[in-house]
Amino acid sequence: MEILKKIAQCLEVGDDAGVPPLVRQALAEGIVAKTILDDGLIAGMNTVGEKFRVHEIFLPDVLLAAKAMYAGMDVLKPLLLSAGVSSRGRVVIGSVQGDLHDIGKNLVGIMLKGAGFEVIDLGNDVAAEKFVAAAKSHDACVIGMSALLTTTMPVMKEVVDLLNKENLSGKIKTIIGGAPVSQNYAGEIGADAYGYDCAQAVAGVKKLAAAVP
Amino acid sequence: MIDFPLSRLQPQAAVVYAALGLKSGSQPSSRSSALLQRALELFTNCSEPQGVSEAIGQDEFAEVYSGQGRNAQDTPLQKIFPRADRLHLFAFTLGARIGGEIKRLFASDDFALGSLLDAVASLAADQAGRVAEEWLERQSPEQKKSALTRALLYSPGYCGWHISGQEKLFARLPPGKIGITLNESFLMNPLKSISGVLVAGPAVIHQFSEVYPFCDHCKSPTCRERGMVRSA
Repeated sequence: MEILKKIAQCLEVGDDAGVPPLVRQALAEGIVAKTILDDGLIAGMNTVGEKFRVHEIFLPDVLLAAKAMYAGMDVLKPLLLSAGVSSRGRVVIGSVQGDLHDIGKNLVGIMLKGAGFEVIDLGNDVAAEKFVAAAKSHDACVIGMSALLTTTMPVMKEVVDLLNKENLSGKIKTIIGGAPVSQNYAGEIGADAYGYDCAQAVAGVKKLAAAVP
Repeated sequence: MIDFPLSRLQPQAAVVYAALGLKSGSQPSSRSSALLQRALELFTNCSEPQGVSEAIGQDEFAEVYSGQGRNAQDTPLQKIFPRADRLHLFAFTLGARIGGEIKRLFASDDFALGSLLDAVASLAADQAGRVAEEWLERQSPEQKKSALTRALLYSPGYCGWHISGQEKLFARLPPGKIGITLNESFLMNPLKSISGVLVAGPAVIHQFSEVYPFCDHCKSPTCRERGMVRSA
């Protein structure tokens, strides 16, 4: 369908004013909201994500595309809700207790929404108990944690330990990221995945969400 | 007093692009270029640069450096500072307004502009360290200048100096007078702030060829671009 290609292309160049009229046109042509979401908006964001991964474009271009995606989603959201269309999964994210850096975490959140996830952003300075409580109350499948300081990294282990203690580690997966964190550290504390950058974090969340029963 | 003119702090467009992952030789989109111009304007309007510096003797600095006893067993700085001509504790901030503006941009879904402003501010804070280094070099007596005096900033949280070292550094300096506070994780607020010790002396004192255990985990090996790593 030509209109869906146009939506994806418009999104890829970050035209946030151009996407909503095209989405409305697609609806007027009788295309259902879920198809517009999957084959227009998410397809466009997937292309953007791939170009970012291979360094063909850089971060501001991805974020312009994300803003265009949000503009399209504003049109679709009420229709998706009334049709009972569920997201790809819910992800709770936050910067861990003691940490006030949130740019990296924000970028991951934006890209997760672009990939079709519902994101519950707890902000920064988030205690381990709050991560787990939010994941339980929102029925999230993944908790994403960010830390930029070696002094705050141990909170990530607290979250993993809490999930284990409550027998939730099979149902709620964990992914960590941030400057002092590494794949080794993820393994050391028992986190399910590590994201070196936003693109890797989104890929990791997709895998984890698919693995949750 | 160290002067921090915005014209010295503001990074070049190419530096911002590189920091955000644009491959060298690639061109940013016209939309991104236009946004960067806006980010640079916001940077000029929202920055309130302020720094504080205070000379400190070697014995006293040794006490500050020991911090809470959590430094790595072997660190470059413990070998560098005893050979220095001058030591100055130092802190700098771009102020709280710029952080507030970045938050506002993200909250209003202006992520691209927000991330560009964040990158510009981070690079500017780093550049303030270089401005301070040059300031201390200029303070050195003429005979020392001819001996290629080099001043470099070393900060808690890097090269084996545990971030908890901020506590004693802040107690001795106190950067509260320029509006910087520490939280329980020793993180500075406002976020776009830097701190540490300026170490001035012959360039050779800063150079080392050892690889320390913490180097394996370092994701910001600026020691190379700062000329600290001596080739074998």
